Amino acid sequence: MNVQLIRRDTASRTAMVAAPVLALVLTCLTSLILFALLGKPAGAALHALLIKPFSNWYSFSEVLLKTAPLMLIAQGLAIGFRANVFNIGAEGQFIVGAICASAFPVFFPDGAFPLMLPAMILAGAFGGMAYGCIAAGLRTRFGASEILVTLMLSLIAVQILNYLLLGPWKDPRGFNFPQTVMFPDNAMLPLLFEGSRTNISLIFALIASVLAHLMMQHHFSGYQLRTSGLAPRAALYAGFNGRKMIWISLALGGLAAGIAGASEVAGPLGQLQRSVSSGYGYAAIIVAYMGGLRPIGIIVSSFLISVVYIGGDSATVTAGLPVAAVEVFQGFLLAFYLLTFTLIRYRIAFTPSQLRDAP
Amino acid sequence: MNNAVPALLTLKDVSKRYGSVLANQGIDLAVHAGSIHAVLGENGAGKSTLMKMIYGVEKPDTGTLHWNGNPVQLAKPSDAQALGIGMVFQHFSLFESLSVVQNVSLLVPGTQAELASKITAFGDQFGLHVDPDAMVHQLSVGERQRVEIIRCLLLDPKLLILDEPTSVLPPQSVTMLFETLRSLQAKGMAILFISHKLEEIRELCDEATVLRRGEVTGRVDPRSHSATDLAKLMIGHEIPELSKPDGQAPGEIALQLRNLDHPAKQRFGTSLTSINLELRSGQIVGIAGISGNGQQELAALISGEALCASPGMITILGQPAGRLGPDKRRALGFSFVPEERQGRGAVPEMSLADNSLLTAHRQGMLQRGFIKRRVERAFTENCIKDFDVRTPSPDAEAGALSGGNLQKFILGREIMLAPKVMLVSQPTWGVDIGAATAIRRRLLEMRAQGAAILVISEELEELFEICDVLHVLSEGQLSPAMDAAATTAQDIGTHMIGASQ
Repeated sequence: MNVQLIRRDTASRTAMVAAPVLALVLTCLTSLILFALLGKPAGAALHALLIKPFSNWYSFSEVLLKTAPLMLIAQGLAIGFRANVFNIGAEGQFIVGAICASAFPVFFPDGAFPLMLPAMILAGAFGGMAYGCIAAGLRTRFGASEILVTLMLSLIAVQILNYLLLGPWKDPRGFNFPQTVMFPDNAMLPLLFEGSRTNISLIFALIASVLAHLMMQHHFSGYQLRTSGLAPRAALYAGFNGRKMIWISLALGGLAAGIAGASEVAGPLGQLQRSVSSGYGYAAIIVAYMGGLRPIGIIVSSFLISVVYIGGDSATVTAGLPVAAVEVFQGFLLAFYLLTFTLIRYRIAFTPSQLRDAP
Repeated sequence: MNNAVPALLTLKDVSKRYGSVLANQGIDLAVHAGSIHAVLGENGAGKSTLMKMIYGVEKPDTGTLHWNGNPVQLAKPSDAQALGIGMVFQHFSLFESLSVVQNVSLLVPGTQAELASKITAFGDQFGLHVDPDAMVHQLSVGERQRVEIIRCLLLDPKLLILDEPTSVLPPQSVTMLFETLRSLQAKGMAILFISHKLEEIRELCDEATVLRRGEVTGRVDPRSHSATDLAKLMIGHEIPELSKPDGQAPGEIALQLRNLDHPAKQRFGTSLTSINLELRSGQIVGIAGISGNGQQELAALISGEALCASPGMITILGQPAGRLGPDKRRALGFSFVPEERQGRGAVPEMSLADNSLLTAHRQGMLQRGFIKRRVERAFTENCIKDFDVRTPSPDAEAGALSGGNLQKFILGREIMLAPKVMLVSQPTWGVDIGAATAIRRRLLEMRAQGAAILVISEELEELFEICDVLHVLSEGQLSPAMDAAATTAQDIGTHMIGASQ
């Protein structure tokens, strides 16, 4: 038997739905073996990883809390990725967004600023966007790779955060901990459900998803971005402005990450602290690709990844899984997803061995 | 033919399938020593697949190969070389940054000094003159082909395969190549000559196997058949006639190139030097010459994909356009069909409907930037119907279309923009004869409607068929304008060679 991959004439819609399901099944099977080999209760581990997050309202609301920033950042990044602009520094844009938003409550700790929350969100959005645009400027002006520039800018953002928290913005009554004052009530995002930490940033993320969908699938600007990514020479032939694509990609990616950063300090944290940089910006890259860089897919993948993160936390506690095993599980999921993703554009053909006369 | 001695190479009932496409079906072929055997067929008829199986690049699904009457299996090209099969590919496999003798020594054992003297000796014996120490990037296309042939000959083959060898040569060099091949034949070598050019085959070959859609449709002695007979075997019917209506008086100047200079941007790219050209409405001007002599560079400069040094070097409909991008030039009434279809003229991963949007978005397809799918679809359906694009629907991806079909789609799209000035680069590369005729007819119709058309093509017959005025582009220099009716293929060839000396 010969096994061949044959390109499909059009992408298979069945496979688009089946690929994530198949990836999940394959991940579970291999993980079961791995956990058993580790001598851990495999069933209990899987239960903690995949069922626990749904088992009670609190766990589920924590999943939604994590979903919001992942979805928001990934939607912004995916726009650029489809144009072959690889902004991998969303973490830095997220931090700068959080810093810009925190300026208002830091300078008005008593909440004596009208429109505190809208000002914070706007400041976060502009901060993130401006930070992304640095990379766009360097790329279009000097041809510097946006991959390296955005990555290095993330490291700089962390240092700016450290400087502010250890210096000028440190809470005078914070026992020397590197964190700002606790934000006043009018600097906090309204909660979506009573008794949970889920706030309206989930609504921001869903609105961003709808806008991203409209832009990428129905608007000419999205078409131009997609063309630039799929066939740069066709974009040149049609006369699409390549520099504009780079600016749009990095500006929108930074904007979304900046809003997510603002929502993080105005949401679960309630102050600016070092742990604001918890890797959402990097995880969102995975989320974007798992969602096939499509807005609807990203809604699903951001939720799925959050389930796995929350499940991973509980598996280390209840099933005694080492953190490394949880990370392997997450790695399996991504690897299998990328494998099964191939089936959307390719089909497997089994052909009988070649019929040949003996020499 | 001599049937008493077994043929040098025999193929029996050979088939090869790629996915759903049956590229070769039940092919029988016998090649005899001392014979020049033509494999004749249109683009897509299965010639290349067949040669790949003979040269060990592909394995047949079914069927057998016999060498001197003994069955053989060829798993890789070196198996074929070991038997004594050599192949000269259409696209050369030479390293441009190495010298001739270095390129040869990559494949042929021996010191470079030995090889250099052998190269010179072969040059004298077979009329394949080339300087062993020259760098390949300095050589003309004809000389590079000689290097390829010499490299094959040094391995002492009994069978030499040549894939469309004349498509890259000016007419005078073709004569020299044929003399070389005849002297090899006289020494008892078998030659497989792949071509779609009927007159060449009638002049050179003593046997011909004709392929159509992967099957053998004829085995003839081409010397005793007319070109019309061969064409019937090759395409299943006679070549459709194309009549060029008399030229009307040319109108205003629509496109003008004035002292266009452009230094090469890449290594081994071609610099263009003081190009002057005038194209008027209702006129087709052709630029002949082998691709690689500045054709790509010139097309990109006229389309706006590359910008000129100064605005006045290109004038489109009276507007200085040398510094305008492609988008602005289209807005002036310009349209362009590039030589590469996948990835430049069309996005392979997108549907045909979305590929209409690429350049036709000004045709009312956008409302406040949002795409009006109905207009986009109607445009695409019209294009598919009017230009006979064979595809299941406007939703099919461009990448799934054959080269010829996609070319019809792109040409249709650009014609439907109703341009006043149009540039068409290599309009019928890789397109079958029927579709090529249809494309040429469309261009003539546009000319009758007063459009100004510039055609860059390697196919001389095509240019003579449709053009009013001809230029030759060779080594980055454009010849003066020549009246097409008063010019011969030999004149064109002289300009092709002239520039290099």
